[in-house]
Amino acid sequence: MVLFNTTLPYLLSGISVGGQYALIAIGYTMVYGILRLINFAHADVFMVSALCMVYAVTTFQIPLYIAIPLVVALTVLLGFAIERVAYRPLRSAPRMSVMVSAIAVSYTLQNLALYITGGLNKNYPSIPWLSDSITVLEATTKRVTVVTPFLTIALVVILVMFIQRTKIGTAMRAVAKDFETSRLMGIKVDSVISMTFIIGSFLAGIGSMLFFTNYPGVIPTAGAMPGMKAFVAAVFGGIGSIPGAVLGGFVIGICESLIKGLDTILVNTGLLQSPLELATFSDAFTFVLLILILVFKPTGLLGEKIADKV
Amino acid sequence: MLRIEDLRVNYGGIEAVKGITIEVPEKEIVTLIGANGAGKSTTLRAVAGLVRPAAGHIYFLDEEITALPSHSIVAKGITMVPEGRRVFPDLTVLENLKMGAYLRKDNLKDDIQWVYDLFPRLRERSWQLAGTLSGGEQQMLAVGRALMSRPKLMMMDEPSLGLAPIIVRGIFEIIKEINRQGVTILLIEQNANIALHTADTAYVLETGRLTMKGVGKELLNDEAVKKAYLG
Ligand SMILES: Nc1ncnc2c1ncn2[C@@H]1O[C@H](COP(=O)(O)OP(=O)(O)O)[C@@H](O)[C@H]1O
Ligand SMILES: [Mg+2]
Repeated sequence: MVLFNTTLPYLLSGISVGGQYALIAIGYTMVYGILRLINFAHADVFMVSALCMVYAVTTFQIPLYIAIPLVVALTVLLGFAIERVAYRPLRSAPRMSVMVSAIAVSYTLQNLALYITGGLNKNYPSIPWLSDSITVLEATTKRVTVVTPFLTIALVVILVMFIQRTKIGTAMRAVAKDFETSRLMGIKVDSVISMTFIIGSFLAGIGSMLFFTNYPGVIPTAGAMPGMKAFVAAVFGGIGSIPGAVLGGFVIGICESLIKGLDTILVNTGLLQSPLELATFSDAFTFVLLILILVFKPTGLLGEKIADKV
Repeated sequence: MLRIEDLRVNYGGIEAVKGITIEVPEKEIVTLIGANGAGKSTTLRAVAGLVRPAAGHIYFLDEEITALPSHSIVAKGITMVPEGRRVFPDLTVLENLKMGAYLRKDNLKDDIQWVYDLFPRLRERSWQLAGTLSGGEQQMLAVGRALMSRPKLMMMDEPSLGLAPIIVRGIFEIIKEINRQGVTILLIEQNANIALHTADTAYVLETGRLTMKGVGKELLNDEAVKKAYLG
């Protein structure tokens, strides 16, 4: 019972942050699936989305019920614009050039954020209902912790249905396999690619709200760590696979949170006399996990072998 | 119906097609034969809007379509069965057919039935992933998928490639049947024998230039063609 009570808060927070990683990871995995590109700018889109929220609510005093949809829309617009400006002109360039372009966008966004914020830590506005405290089986937490996994699963189910059942979704799967033949079908490949960026940024925008409600400090590099974890989640689950990205997100979130809590859990249950400071290694652990999975299953948990496109 | 005028296509610095003129009359089967690397695929790809010609003009139904985007060309009634079939492997047979009709907004039921009547094997495999089909079945699917756009002109890039002779004969019977139903066909082949037997008009392409034009069955008896392409 002591074990359960001390573990539960860490488990809850792990599931929650895992859902947030999952929402970002989908953007990485979908763009990779269609362009074979690791969109380094994705983490910064996530950060810019948070800054937009800060300025909308704190500086411009826009009421939340307008600010939330507005910020999601701006995030989508940013993702869409990045593809148009930085990736589309390089469509037939070598993949490495596109990668460099992605890194350039990433730093541009960070520098821009630095310029605008002056490097100050901006406080993310609290969203009333989400940041209320609630009690789950005697553990006290913010409501966002409980809402995140359900919202994540709901969004993923909708997304998977969209991709499996609709004509545009089928076209996305076709384009992911073969640009040229898709063109022969009359599919506008560029529009389908835009669609991918729109969906990915939309989910990153939602993820951003959930994440920064839990961790309310926004700095220009605030996207880096969650972005990196989400990217690892995507690779872990099998890059290109949406269910894989979601599974990866939850696994990494939960493991990371449990490691952070391991000292407390072990001490409280009497298995350890004094803490070992294991929490320090929680980030490194993520990468050890990644290396292990890639050694034993190079395509990730749910990934299939992705043949290079002709 | 389709007129290709003095078409030139370059890849980087290399000239793949060096000024060719081809006429495809309505309701006919026209074939373009030639060795590997002669520029056959490049010609079709230029018509389909997949590569930009360096020079020349392409007209379809008296309208210039040179360098239009692919989706506009499909919308005008031109479809292409690409070399090597290129079915979408992780889409089902039915989903592949629906992708062929991507630009259509009307009901597809009758056309799906039509394709399944032409290729009953596909009907049995409607829910199977295309990647699990045999080579011959994939070729049937590639043809069926192309038909789903309700084309006026169907271009086919080496439908016989890598298939057993008996399957090739079957596919060519269907090509003739599709033609009888009113679809004009531009067929490119390395397999000159079957192509010349099937076509009304034939062109011979050598390293980017046309060297001969004639009635399909007459070219079968031409000494130069016999020597170069019929072994
Ligand atoms: N994507 C490409 N890039 C560069 N050269 C190409 C490309 N595609 C074809 N070629 C070259 O163009 C010439 C014609 O090729 P192609 O049209 O495929 O011939 P065919 O279909 O008659 O075999 C060949 O020399 C081939 O090597
Ligand atoms: Mg060819």
